Amino acid sequence: MNTIRNFCIIAHIDHGKSTLADRLLEFTQTLTDKEKHEQVLDSMDLEREKGITIKSHAIQMDYLYNGTTYTLNLIDTPGHVDFSYEVSRAIASCEGALLVVDASQGIQAQTISNLYLAIGHDLEIIPIVNKIDMDAAKVEDVKDQIVDLLGCRRDDIIAASAKTGVGVDAILEAIINRIPPPVGDPNAPLQALIFDSVFNSFRGIIAYFKVFNGTLRKGDMVKFFNTNREYDADEVGILRLKMVPKDSISAGDVGYIISGIKDSSEVKVGDTITHVDRPCDKGIAGFEDVKPMVFAGLYPVEADDYEDLRASLEKLKLNDASLTYEPESSLALGFGFRCGFLGLLHMEIVQERLYREFDMDVITTVPNVSYSVYTTKGEVIDIHNPSGLPAPTLIDRIEEPTIRAQIITNNESLGSVIKLCIDKRGVLKNQVFLTTNRIELTFIMPLSEIVFDFYDKLKSISRGYASLDYHIEGHQVANLVRLDILLNGEMVDALSTLIHRDYAYNFGRRMCEKLKELIPRQQFDIAIQAAIGAKIIARETVKALRKDVTAKCYGGDITRKRKLLEKQKKGKKRMRQIGSVEVPQQAFLAVLKMD
Amino acid sequence: MSGIYIHVPYCKRKCHYCDFFSVEDARGMNEFANLILEELRLRKDYLPTEPIETVYFGGGTPSLLTADRIATMLNGIAKTFSISPLPEITLEANPDDLNPGYIRSLLDIGFNRLSLGVQSFDDNDLQQLGRRHNAKQATNAVDMASQLGFNNISIDLIYGLPYSSTNVWESNLRKAFRLPIQHLSCYHIIYEEGTPLQRKVFMGRVTPVDEAVSVEQFDLLHDLASQNGFIHYEISNLGKEGYFSRHNTAYWKQIPYLGLGPSAHSYNKTSRAWNPRSVDAWINAIKKGSIEAENELLSEKDILNEYLLTSLRTIWGIDNGYIAGTFGIDQANRIERVANKYMQLEILEKCDSNYRIKPKKFIVSDGVIADFLTE
Repeated sequence: MNTIRNFCIIAHIDHGKSTLADRLLEFTQTLTDKEKHEQVLDSMDLEREKGITIKSHAIQMDYLYNGTTYTLNLIDTPGHVDFSYEVSRAIASCEGALLVVDASQGIQAQTISNLYLAIGHDLEIIPIVNKIDMDAAKVEDVKDQIVDLLGCRRDDIIAASAKTGVGVDAILEAIINRIPPPVGDPNAPLQALIFDSVFNSFRGIIAYFKVFNGTLRKGDMVKFFNTNREYDADEVGILRLKMVPKDSISAGDVGYIISGIKDSSEVKVGDTITHVDRPCDKGIAGFEDVKPMVFAGLYPVEADDYEDLRASLEKLKLNDASLTYEPESSLALGFGFRCGFLGLLHMEIVQERLYREFDMDVITTVPNVSYSVYTTKGEVIDIHNPSGLPAPTLIDRIEEPTIRAQIITNNESLGSVIKLCIDKRGVLKNQVFLTTNRIELTFIMPLSEIVFDFYDKLKSISRGYASLDYHIEGHQVANLVRLDILLNGEMVDALSTLIHRDYAYNFGRRMCEKLKELIPRQQFDIAIQAAIGAKIIARETVKALRKDVTAKCYGGDITRKRKLLEKQKKGKKRMRQIGSVEVPQQAFLAVLKMD
Repeated sequence: MSGIYIHVPYCKRKCHYCDFFSVEDARGMNEFANLILEELRLRKDYLPTEPIETVYFGGGTPSLLTADRIATMLNGIAKTFSISPLPEITLEANPDDLNPGYIRSLLDIGFNRLSLGVQSFDDNDLQQLGRRHNAKQATNAVDMASQLGFNNISIDLIYGLPYSSTNVWESNLRKAFRLPIQHLSCYHIIYEEGTPLQRKVFMGRVTPVDEAVSVEQFDLLHDLASQNGFIHYEISNLGKEGYFSRHNTAYWKQIPYLGLGPSAHSYNKTSRAWNPRSVDAWINAIKKGSIEAENELLSEKDILNEYLLTSLRTIWGIDNGYIAGTFGIDQANRIERVANKYMQLEILEKCDSNYRIKPKKFIVSDGVIADFLTE
């Protein structure tokens, strides 16, 4: 166990985590030249494109240092707030962390929150200033920031360039010398923490774990502590570039288990694996059943594709346990599914994967958070969809989820960032100067307020400087109303939103304006109204089409004219019919497109 | 029964808005009549039915041809096909090409209908459109033709013009109804791709009129025409009872036609064909003995859509009994549903057993027709 080092990399998007990981694989000869291709760890196309890690991964390297071969387990962490629970479990599996900071960009909010998480788990932090080869590198400034933040010595910070390889030897040396080996008793009852799982179409669910105590052997009968399900350990092994089966994995080490599990929901990140016949007393602390926070309706563009959409979601769920879905129907959109996501990025990823991997084109309705409705009868109902809201007379109160948002910004944008957060119903909790020109703000805010366009706005008012991280904080009573949209008097269920009463008027007005842009003129006037209950709060009109005709249709015009109108018909078919009004699909995302 | 169309592709000068195929040089004009006879010989078996009910010389400017040459072509047609006892034989003419001698010759040859490209009775309009005649020539031409014996005269007018006004349009219409005409073809200006006028719009040098103006002028057309005994029988065509264009109506009633000359289209109920859009290519094709440049076989869907498209542009509308019988009850049911929608919107009306777009609503017909099409 003394020769094992378990570590993760904490870095903001684009600060060079994946490049550094690749470089480590190369320096330890885990990766042959042949296998070398950019950013091995980000194995989904989508991850590589977005430059982020969606699923965490793990990889084992051997490194000969001063005559001893060390086993280095790199546990990669997802790089986005939507997946912060997975990050926390990966961190819990490590004894050390490389803190990678871009020399030209400095420390970002998300880096800090993950850093705190790592410090909270007593991880040894190895600070690295990366990209020192860049022209815009401000190595000394960034070192100042790190010293301020960690209270470490300046000498402890490694200056490196993952791109050129400078400093990588020093990093490997620091991993061995500074990160403590894991502790644990190989003979104690088995306790292994699941920090990730993946789906393989031949092998089923493969769970990645770190053994805290005991030894897991091939063929053992194991039990997952929190789900209480039992399995045969058909195969255990370590993760190199490919899976390498082993007879056993002992305390301190990281590995994988295959036990014929078909359903991703049985393998929960954070769960503890133990033996059936000699179980541990308690699971590893920190298990949480991660619940989706953002909900939206997904509808097939072609109504006939409903069953295909179901099959696609089923398959997606196999390697994405945090995705939930249940059938729902909408008068406007027909049959579809209410899907739950960890956050907006997660939603985007699911949509994108449906499109790329399953060729499914979907309409997504306005996303909303999950609300707890307390009825006058004393029941609590979780509402995932505005249309599920009970009648106002039956509601005692509604609670909405809140987040603790950490925002790092600079002096220039401080005022506008605070204003933005307060406009979004944020309450400032804390304000800390990290350096003379870097301020960390802590806000408690309703989750619903960051669902739409908060992040983009934050970026634009701070000229890209501000960074955001958030964690679910709790719930608060909210004065919410359901805002409905009516087209010629018919309510469009897919456009209803739950919104804070104070914002409803402004929101309703903007919604009507946006819809007016998006709904094409038809043969009659279309009244677009926003309403709270029976009360109309905003109205726009799409005036009737008055001239829509081509003058000539003689012998030579018929073919061309037929093709033109058939094309027009095709366009109409892609629209949704609300009463007599034809509504283009993009109108259902109007809310997301409002400025 | 069938129709014959002859496209005469010559113009002294091309009008700024026109996208019909025409050339400004007279190459091939001397042999044009003989080439048409040659094409006629090559394609005499194209038409599935006879007799020939209508013959139409369009262009281009057919009135650039001498009466003799036109007679050559007409005689050729008469020798090749059986002709109905009362055919409609039309010549499109430019007002300034007409003189008493020419008009008499046309009557002698057998023409019984004239379609005059008047476009406007306002000299400013005519100049902006690039027409070579003036308002006076236009009224004179109509009077002359009428006095010499044409009792079926149509004139073309254009409205919605960017340089013009509703007042000018109204005065155009009033002048037209004072003339001895039986038929009017009135087109809202179209900015056709590739025309000089479209280029001007694109460059921002010409601003199309506001939609409200288009509608105002359309309404004026419909109302004044009704007051003067003209029936608005197709989006752009109005005529006195008994004087509707039989040739054009045939296009909208799926009657076969043979198109001769460069760029001319033909239809024989199962396919559509079109000649090369170039004088040289057309001449070469005839000399090689094969003429159809392109041919499109019509599927059942195409046939139904063409029926819907052309019928709904007319006051005869669509006959859902015919649709049920020819295309099946499912189609008829589907059409019934769409029809109900537009009945409620008071765009469609039922006339005998047919659904038709109310002539007052012709101006919004494209979207309605698109809705009726099958996929």
